[in-house]
Amino acid sequence: MSKRKDEALSSNLNIISRKTDLVFNIIFVILALICIIPVVFIFIISISSEASIKTYGYLFWPKEFSIDSYAFVFREGTTILRSLGISVLVTVLGTALGVMLTTLMGYVLSRREYKLNGFFTMVVFIPMIFNGGMISSYVVNTQFMHLKDTIWALILPLCVSSFNVVICKTFFRSNIPDSVVESAQIDGASQFIIFGKIALPLSKPLMATIALFLTFGYWNDWFQSSLYITNTKLFSLQALLDHVQRNIEMMANNPSLGVTMQQYMNTMPKEGARMAMAIIIIIPIACTYPFFQKYFISGLTVGAVKG
Amino acid sequence: MKEKKLSGKKLKRRWTKNDTELTILAIPTTVWYVLFCFLPMFGLVIAFKNYKVTGGENFIYNVFHSDWSGVKNFEFLIKSKDLYIILRNTIVYNLIFIVLGMVLSVGLAIMIDLLRSKRKSKVYQTLMFFPYFMSWVVAAYFLDAFLNQDKGLLNVMLRNGGNEPVQWYMKASVWPFLLVFMYLWKSTGYNMVIYLSSISGIDTTLYEAAVMDGANKRQQVRYITLPCLKSVIIMMFILNVGKVFYSDFGLFYQLSQGAKGSIFNTTATIDTFVFNALQSSTPIGMTSAATFFQSVACCITILLANWIVRKLDADSAII
Repeated sequence: MSKRKDEALSSNLNIISRKTDLVFNIIFVILALICIIPVVFIFIISISSEASIKTYGYLFWPKEFSIDSYAFVFREGTTILRSLGISVLVTVLGTALGVMLTTLMGYVLSRREYKLNGFFTMVVFIPMIFNGGMISSYVVNTQFMHLKDTIWALILPLCVSSFNVVICKTFFRSNIPDSVVESAQIDGASQFIIFGKIALPLSKPLMATIALFLTFGYWNDWFQSSLYITNTKLFSLQALLDHVQRNIEMMANNPSLGVTMQQYMNTMPKEGARMAMAIIIIIPIACTYPFFQKYFISGLTVGAVKG
Repeated sequence: MKEKKLSGKKLKRRWTKNDTELTILAIPTTVWYVLFCFLPMFGLVIAFKNYKVTGGENFIYNVFHSDWSGVKNFEFLIKSKDLYIILRNTIVYNLIFIVLGMVLSVGLAIMIDLLRSKRKSKVYQTLMFFPYFMSWVVAAYFLDAFLNQDKGLLNVMLRNGGNEPVQWYMKASVWPFLLVFMYLWKSTGYNMVIYLSSISGIDTTLYEAAVMDGANKRQQVRYITLPCLKSVIIMMFILNVGKVFYSDFGLFYQLSQGAKGSIFNTTATIDTFVFNALQSSTPIGMTSAATFFQSVACCITILLANWIVRKLDADSAII
């Protein structure tokens, strides 16, 4: 009885007039369309025939459809497939390494009784407000660690972020009670055992969230490539897309480059194929993200807790 | 004797096996922090050096064996006529982004929360969150599909209507609007979801009490929802203000296809300037002066913003 009353009350709270609701809905439909139309447009271009693009330009309803672009990508696009391989490799390796380093540090910081806790907290905290910037990172990475033109240049600089470490710390603090750790210690377990056999198995949602952040970060990264990679064999898919676009601009801006450039251009993927590449990048994200949205949001809200 | 030791335990505890084990666990990540965060911080001294690369020697050797140049690099930077433009663009764009982004995403979060159908609300959220997961490279392809000189949709439409096509990538005056629009396009869905999750955390009894007192929906938003969102809004504000000297590099560089040429005035920021300098043969000292300034200014603004917030409302400060 009282439950029904509650329901009636709460539904009464959230009600806005039908007219307002309609107006809001219209606004959100428009906004959602703005967000999604570019993707649809790119997809339509990728299934337009090359001839149609050449004569009429990019259209929402092309005169002629064709799947030649995708056929081209899978038949002749060894470069594209290799880049896809690099993207996958970097994403998998980076995510694995990142999750390991982040949870380790998060766990250590979550142990209140640890003597150097304050020191390591500063180690994690200082980079949040002060950093060396693009130039000195570049100089250190190329001249000290010699990462230039190695796959590690794409992986290492991105694998830890203080934000993620703080999320881990907060999670471990609130989900692994001190009493559990203490009783394990009384039973003679070392911290390594506690971390591997107790803390990690209890924090699968946390690991999923961190892994998700890292996966999206690695998959979408093109900046590290543009700084550190000159060898085209090590281009990730994003870097390849960036590279192709840049060369086309160069061609457009320097017509005097002439015949040799023209020949070079002929070897590059055509309009439709470029758009097909963009679609290939988007597909894994588009397929997985509705399932992971929940984790993503929970991660963001946990991170919003005071550090 | 033994009791004394125990009571002293609180102040100064002995080093235990436990501490050793935790230290070992912390080492890998600490090594990462030293290499990728603290070494670059030390590297900032090259802004004051006449940095020279000696063949076969590593970075630290080079730093110690380069001559001090005092503030010459900074003088060089200040004399360059581009400094004013990149500084203005970086700060003004960021301020516009902060204000517009906040108003829009808070407003939309409140609106989407009020929708009658929760299922529709979920669908809108999912669709609007989507651009956040695109890289700027892909977003640049999207924009190019509309603005391309020969084949872009806008120019195709202009031509079909019998008008002259426009060279969008050379027209400086449209870029402020394009950049703001694209920023909002990519980030609004994401920010909206952050605010929405704190709205859903608000205690419903507050609304019930307000209804008892005869408050209408608008009054509920004004006197309950907004005040409850205050601390999240302030936190996002501090985070964004702290980055006011940094620009979202991809946004400015990818969309404008290099932020160079005739649209330099409206698209170049500190980051695109530094990146372009790094790709060309500009001496590294001068650009490192720009990043040195950026790092220090960023640190000061974040501490300052936090200090002000602490003065106004101690609970909302994040440090």
